[in-house]
Amino acid sequence: MTFINYASREINCKIVYYGPGLCGKTTNLQYIFDSTAPQSKGKLISLATETDRTLFFDFMPLELGTVRGFKTRFHLYTVPGQVFYDASRKLILKGVDGVVFVADSQEERMDANIESLYNLEENLQSQGYDLMKIPYVLQLNKRDLTNIIRVEDLAAELRRKGEPVVEAVASTGTGVFDTLKAVAKQVLTELRKS
Amino acid sequence: MPDTPILLREQQYHQIKAVLARLRIDSCAKVVFLVDKDGQEIASLGEVGNLDTTSLASLAAGNVAATGGMAQLIGEKEFPTLSHEGERESIHISVIGRLLLVVVFDDRSSLGLVKLRSKQISQQLSKMFDEIANADNGDLESPFAGITDEDIDSLFS
Repeated sequence: MTFINYASREINCKIVYYGPGLCGKTTNLQYIFDSTAPQSKGKLISLATETDRTLFFDFMPLELGTVRGFKTRFHLYTVPGQVFYDASRKLILKGVDGVVFVADSQEERMDANIESLYNLEENLQSQGYDLMKIPYVLQLNKRDLTNIIRVEDLAAELRRKGEPVVEAVASTGTGVFDTLKAVAKQVLTELRKS
Repeated sequence: MPDTPILLREQQYHQIKAVLARLRIDSCAKVVFLVDKDGQEIASLGEVGNLDTTSLASLAAGNVAATGGMAQLIGEKEFPTLSHEGERESIHISVIGRLLLVVVFDDRSSLGLVKLRSKQISQQLSKMFDEIANADNGDLESPFAGITDEDIDSLFS
């Protein structure tokens, strides 16, 4: 949910990275964190297990710059991808302004992608949102691996509403900022409409 | 339904800060925060220093959301207050509608005092925030109303 503070001239928006376990949601955030100037970011908070699996969420605030005298800040969150953390995923979607679905391009993860996307639609609905109306980007991650599904086939299966599709290799940063830009642009365009 | 965006006018912001300032003095607290349940910091006051208030706001909201989930599992609506006591610093969180009032305090204060003072101002904050949420903001010009695609692109250049 967007928060506009006219006193401190700040706008805060919330973006959530969603997707199946091990698809690269945290890697996206880690890359953004590592590549951003210190003055533009806060801490990267990771609530993870001892084996670095996301337990609750990752969070980082990112300041993009000033628009019409207002500081524009995005709060980036990831959800835990593992199926049994569904209650946590629902909570993190509260107040969301934009969603990135990170799909794992590997053949053997196709079912997990579909299940997670279905879960996203359901959980958005339970919070009163509609995937068809919310700013949304589909990222096809792990494009550097060998056992991957063709982009056209992935898009045919996972694309919901003509949303931007970004090919990515989050571990090296390919497509990471393109994804962020695509979703942030939609969020700001929504703000312009309202 | 999702909550509507919060538009905070300058005057309202200063009113909130004044209430927080009084709470801080009355409860002998180090820092007092007002946070939205979604994790957005609305206002903070006190010995903030190097404290990462943005992260604290997000984690406080996550904390309340998680314990709220537990509450519902055992048939409660939510847990209206949460306290975490450390060796030197402690945190008390009160849930006030869609707001979280977060008080950070040390041994200059006590949990009982913080609880009492937080409760005393919660109604006032709740009323103020209802007014903010229901305000007619038709006269406020959105900073994004005249934004162009070039403006958006320039954020990423």
